[in-house]
Order: sequence, then structure tokens, then C-alpha cells
Amino acid sequence: MSVPLGTLPRWVNFGLLPLINVAVAFALSGLVVLFIGENPIEAVKYLVAGALGDGEGIAFTLYYATNFIFTGLAVAVAFHGGLFNIGGEGQVYLGGLGVAFAALTLDRYMPWYVTAVFATAAAFAFGAAWAFIPAWLQAKRGSHIVITTIMFNFIAAALMVYLLVNVIKQPGNMSPQTRLFEEGGQLPKLGWLMQVFGLDIGAAPFNVSFLIALVAALAVWLLIWRTRFGYEIRTMGTNATAAVYAGIPYVKTVVITMLISGGLSGMMALNPVMGDAGKLQIDFPAGAGFVGIAVALMGRSHPVGIIIASILFGVLYQGGAALAFDMPNISREVIILIQGLVILFAGALEHMFRPALIVLFAPKPKSVAASSAGAA
Amino acid sequence: MAMNSPAALLAKVQPFRGPCMTASTLDSTPAIELVGIDKRFGPVHANKNIHLAVAKGSIHGIIGENGAGKSTLMSILYGFYHADSGQILVDGKAIRITDSQTAIQAGIGMVHQHFMLVENFSVLENVMLGVEGGALLKGGETAVRLALQQIEREYGLDVDPDAIIEELPVGKQQRVEILKALYRGAEVLILDEPTGVLTPAEADHLFKMLAQLKAQGKTVILITHKLREIMAITDTVSVMRRGEIVATRKTAETTMPELAELMVGRRVLLRVEKSEAKPGPVVLSVENLTVKDGRGVTMVDNVSFEVRAGEIVGIAGVAGNGQSELLEAIAGIRKASSGRIIMNGEPVDRNGRIDPALLRKKGLAHVPEDRHHMGLVLSFEENENAILGYQDDPKYLKGPFLDIDAIRKDAMEKIEKYDIRPADPRLKTANFSGGNQQKIVLAREIERDPACLLVGQPTRGVDIGAIEFIHKRLVALRDQGKAILLVSVELDEIRSLSDRILVMFAGTIVGEPDSHADEQEIGLMMAGIGREAAE
Repeated sequence: MSVPLGTLPRWVNFGLLPLINVAVAFALSGLVVLFIGENPIEAVKYLVAGALGDGEGIAFTLYYATNFIFTGLAVAVAFHGGLFNIGGEGQVYLGGLGVAFAALTLDRYMPWYVTAVFATAAAFAFGAAWAFIPAWLQAKRGSHIVITTIMFNFIAAALMVYLLVNVIKQPGNMSPQTRLFEEGGQLPKLGWLMQVFGLDIGAAPFNVSFLIALVAALAVWLLIWRTRFGYEIRTMGTNATAAVYAGIPYVKTVVITMLISGGLSGMMALNPVMGDAGKLQIDFPAGAGFVGIAVALMGRSHPVGIIIASILFGVLYQGGAALAFDMPNISREVIILIQGLVILFAGALEHMFRPALIVLFAPKPKSVAASSAGAA
Repeated sequence: MAMNSPAALLAKVQPFRGPCMTASTLDSTPAIELVGIDKRFGPVHANKNIHLAVAKGSIHGIIGENGAGKSTLMSILYGFYHADSGQILVDGKAIRITDSQTAIQAGIGMVHQHFMLVENFSVLENVMLGVEGGALLKGGETAVRLALQQIEREYGLDVDPDAIIEELPVGKQQRVEILKALYRGAEVLILDEPTGVLTPAEADHLFKMLAQLKAQGKTVILITHKLREIMAITDTVSVMRRGEIVATRKTAETTMPELAELMVGRRVLLRVEKSEAKPGPVVLSVENLTVKDGRGVTMVDNVSFEVRAGEIVGIAGVAGNGQSELLEAIAGIRKASSGRIIMNGEPVDRNGRIDPALLRKKGLAHVPEDRHHMGLVLSFEENENAILGYQDDPKYLKGPFLDIDAIRKDAMEKIEKYDIRPADPRLKTANFSGGNQQKIVLAREIERDPACLLVGQPTRGVDIGAIEFIHKRLVALRDQGKAILLVSVELDEIRSLSDRILVMFAGTIVGEPDSHADEQEIGLMMAGIGREAAE
């Protein structure tokens, strides 16, 4: 009785519907695999076994998920403010520069947890700084943030190549990367956490930044739904005229929202740079900034949804790698195609099955239920 | 001459159409019959077992308070919603209306309260939208143009087919909506609160057109909350209350007080009771205010006036004569290009820029004209809207966090005090009826105990019961010694509430009629005629 207007039960809305979307994406992927001449059932087995079959697989999955949680949160925060931040990739890249500065400066003198605090702050600051110009242009000049942030991805990539090749490259090394961070500049692995569940982390780079990501998710939830500023972000994002009426300063709110968004993207760099490679390398974001958009869409811009969606994409990344290894016919490109299908159904076509589900599950008044039962 | 032509046309056409009307009234099959329509939205039982027959060639009024279920019922008829149970009969045949397309095919046309027009298209383009008749527009255009001429001849709908919608006055835009419906072959025309945006003259013209449509054998369903319109134009009237049709009457056999009582379920006062104003010191003073719109057109031209404590100053005027811009400039939403706004003796602007947040702190509250787009965030929960604009008040905050418990408790208190229904502060605001949404805004602004209240169209789209309530609240606020500036296009409202009336025309204040001035005198000023006479 107490279900509000036109809505589905929560378990359908947040459980069944995404599940159906993912299932359809997988069914189509199965057809692709079949077309290539491989057995789709076998492929799924390899994929699931690779991602979730053992401790190492799970740890790899969570390692990838960590990246997506950060970038997903970044997209979600901006999205609540009506801003579409496509610049995650560039913000991550610059965040990596912040991490590297902190680690290279402190790793010889400080324990990892001190370095981590500075590296987190630097990652946030660098990512935020990279979002600042698009934010300011949007707020002051009305330059569309989708255009400016995506352009800034290219500028970031060019800038980082320049810096890595000409400025911060380790002397005498052929590849454009910094020196290896010492122990004080590396985040510890979470082997102990895996052991709690009786699992072995193996060689997976699953590290402390996963926990930082969870804290960030909680912080985003608090920010959006429990603080005044979050209220102002949501007001601006849903009804800009009402925000003006309410005296919410547009320029300030846009800029701060984007700084937070960019900062969250920047923090992602902790995971691959300080938690895995132990050095700053070229191209380390590897598209995670873009996956964040899909994750935020699929997770309905809610931190819990984002964590779940991130783990799903972690499974696709890790399981996909395993699949490509075990079934040589299925190339890296096919894996990307499967990921694309999941993004398509979970993100872009999210509401495709909603009308059908409303017919099936939306609450109906008793009288009609009785009469239709009578008719049957 | 231009003003006379539609009326002249009417006079010419009417005699011819006499037999037509007789023929249609002889046909006893109702144009529309609703049988046992039932609709629930979750806990809200919007339509309870509705039975309604609308006679062919008649004007049938449906009147009821906001939230009584009128719009839901018409949305079911037009295919926006599906009834949980019940049947729709058109011309005696049961049909299933699944969407607006099937409704149109069944000969049902609808003119919405908020127009569904493409603003930068011409009239012609809007009429042919969806019925272009092929990939190339040329043929369709010619066909539509011919058909439009035909329709215009028959019904006296005088609109230039090549005019751009946004350049037309609201009354003509509405005519385009009617043209659209007629072009699509509507036999039954539903009008949802059609006079909400019209001037008295435009409303009169609309009613003449409706009479003409009826004379041509068309059936009109008029949804309204204005008793006067029902009495003036309809043949039959059905009264809805809380999702049910509580009575259907021949209009000639009923009275306004009876209908009002049926609507609200109790006796209502149709006039505002108030004592003489006791004006105190000046609270709000506007000096030489000029406001330009985005294109640089002067909307408010060198306007000066004062509002004293304990008085209601009403600004009358036809919509679009600068009242909205004036209100928004005083509220700090729109930048004034020159002039000053002074509250309690202090200028409130900082370098020509007024900050709405600062104004609120100085005791200025604002009930905006457009509650959907400005006063509320419809997708928010009710309690979230109850703090809009006051989100930095320490009583709603606990450190950096919102004090959710305090906010919800505060919202609940306002819900009880203002009888907002349903009494659920966690319900999405979009799910409240228009009248209740307006009460949410009023409760928020009035309960701040402001020194000065700006009110725009306080009762637009609001039902009688709520109008009475809102008017009483405003008078009570005045009696507490607050200054109130009222902008409304409802002349009745201005006249019954205001202690002083200012008339705006073309961006300037053209006069201050005596508070006992009659409607005609103010009406002439609103048309800009008073000024010419004075000059």
C-alpha cells in the first residue's frame, strides 16, 4: 500500500532490473563468442573462474574495482550537480603526478602511512586543479563542461608525456617513467584481508587504496545527502532556477563541485601508482576515467551502486584478461566489445526493460487483482 | 477594427450553424461516457469509480479542488494514464485508449494548462508537427495552410499561420493549441484550466470561441476551478471531490454557492474578510528601478513605489507587462540595470547585484510566480523543499551536516499548520497537487516571519478551498504588521486583497486607482488607456 507513485519495489529497481540488463548483455556477448567459433558456456566459465575462481583472481578483480570506485564517485558527484565530467582520465593522470611528487619526496624518510596521507592530498589537489579550468570556464563563461573536460584529457596526456620524457624521467632509463619508489612510497598489499576469508592474494596488487576508496564512497554519500553543500549541489543539478531563487551561488557551487569531482578522480592514481607499479608510468590510467562514467550510470550515482558496479567491471576486466589468455581466439578486442555491451545495456539502455517490469511488478489495487483473478 | 473582427465573424457565422446544433443535440448517444473509471497512485485513490456522460454538442464543466482528480481523469481519457479498471465509450463504442495517439484517432483533442508548443516554430509548423505528411514538408505545408484557413473561417480562430509562437501573446498561443486539436479532427475538446494564463478579455474571447465550437456540434469538456467560468459557459457541470464525482447539475439549475459547497464539502466564503489597513513605516522602497531582459529590451522602466508595514500593495496588469521582472528584480533573481531597492532604510544591493540569500537574512521572503520551476525542486522530498533558500539556517544544521531530524520535524509542523495533504514530509514533491505544492512554498516563506513578503500569483492553479486559506494567511500576515507586495493577473484577487493597487502597463506604473475603483476602470488602465487619457 505504501509504495509511492509509479515506482517499482526496491528489490526490482535496484536488484532485478540491473541483473536483467547484465544478463541480456551477456547473452548478446554469447552470440558474439559463438560467431567467433568458441563455446559461450566455456567462455563464461573461464571468465568467472578467472575473476572469482581463486584468491588471486578475486584480489585482481578488487584491484580493478578500486580504480572504478574512485572514477565512478567522481562522475557521480558532478552528475548530482548537473555537470557531466568526462575528464576523469586526465584528472587521474594529473593525480598520478601528485602521487609521484609526494612519494619521490618522502619515500626515503617516512613510513608508507605518512607518505600515503601526503600522496592522497596531492593526488586530490592535482586532480582538482586539472578540473578547475573547465569548471571555471563553465561557471563564468558558459563553456560546456563536456567539451572542455574531454579536451583537457588530451592536454593532460600530452603534458604528462612531456614531463615523463623530458623532466621527471629516471636518468639512464629508456622508458618514460620515474624511478621506483622505496618502501616508504608504496602502499601495502591487503594479503591479510584476503587471509581472513582463507584466500591467498598471490601476485595481485590489491592494496590499501581499496580501503581508501570505501572511505571515499562513504564520504561522498555523506556529502551528497547529509550536508548543506550536498543539498545545494543537488538543487543546482535538478533545478537551476530554483537554485538561483534559493540564493545558491552558481559559480562557487559549480567550481567546488568540480574540484571535488576532479579530486576524487585524482585519488584513483594512488592505486596503480603507489599501490601497484611503485612508479609513475606513461598511460597508467588505461581508460579507467571513462569506465567511471559507465559505473556511475549503472550505479545510479549512488555510492553503494557504484561499488557494486565497480566490482562487476572489475570482474569483466580481470575475467576478460583470463578469458583472452585461455581462449586465444577471443582477442582483447572481443573483451572490450563485451565490456561495451555491458555499458550499453547497463548504462545507456538502462530503462529499456522498465516498462515491462512495471507491468509485472508495480503494485496494483486489490479490487483489480480480484477482478482479474475472477476473469481468469 | 482588429479587435472587433472575431466578434463580427461570430455574428456572421452563427445563424448558419443553428440547424447544426439542433441536429447534434437530438443525438442522445453521449460523445464521451466513462464507466466505473478507477485509478490509484500507490496510497492515493485519485479516481474512485467515476461515471460520467458528456452529451454531444455540449459544454461540460468539471470543477473541483486541486487534487480532486480532475486532471487524472482527463489524463486517462487522453491516454497519459491507464485506468486500473473501468471503460471509456466514445460515441457509444467502448475503446481502449492506450496513448494520446489513440485518443486523437478517437477524435479527442486536449489543450493543456501548460502549452505543448515549439516556441521558435511558426504556427503552421506547430500545427503540422506529427502530421507532416511525408519526408518533404512542401506538400504538407500547403495542405495544412488550406485546412487552417478553412478552420479559421468556420470557427473565427484568427491566427496568422506564419507568426512565430514565442512572439504571440498567450491567448493566441492557446488558440494555436485549439487549432492543433481541430486540425487533427477533434470532435471532443478537453481544456485544462484554460483561463489560468489569460487576461479577462482573452478569456472572454476564448469563451466566444468555445460557444462557436459548440454551435458547430463539437463537444467541449472544460476543467476549471473557477465557478464564474462554469456559470458563464457550461451547459452541464460535474463536481469532483476527493476522487469522486459528487454531483452533476444542469448549470442553469445550480448556483455558485451550491457548487462551492459541493466542491469543498462545506460552506465557503467567496469574499476575503479583512479590516481597514493600518499602514506603518515604509518597509520596502523601490527607486527608479529599470530592468532589461536578455535581449536588452526594457521590461521595467523607471519604476518607483513604496510598501509600508501592515499593508498589501497589489500590482495589477496583463501578464507580460513587466510585473514578473519587477518581482524577480526585487527578489534579487534578476539583475536591475539601474535603480535602488531599499529595505528598512538600507539599500540591499551590493554593487548593483542583489543576493537572494542576503535578502532573506534581511527579512524578505518571496513566493515566486512559478512554483514548479523556481519555488520548488519537484524531485526532492517535501521536507527538502521546506528548507529551500534557508538551508544555511543553523537550526537545520548540525556542524557541517544537515540535521535531518530537525528538518523533518519542522516540515511536519508546517504540514499540520497549513493542512498540506498528504501529510508525509518524505513524499516526493511532484506527487503533491498544485494547491498543496503552493502551500509548501507559502508555509516555508511565511513561517520565516519576514518583514516583507513578495507574492507572485499566489493562487494560480489553486482550488477554492486553498485560495480561501491562502488569502486568509496573507491578510493575517498583513495584520501582524508585515509589508506585502502582491503580483497577480487575477484582477479579482488584486481587488479583494490589496489595500493599495498599482497598475502596470508596458513596464511602467500607469496609475494608482482608488481601492474601490471598479473592474472596468482598472481594466482600462491595464490596457494602457488610462494613461493616454491622463496625458
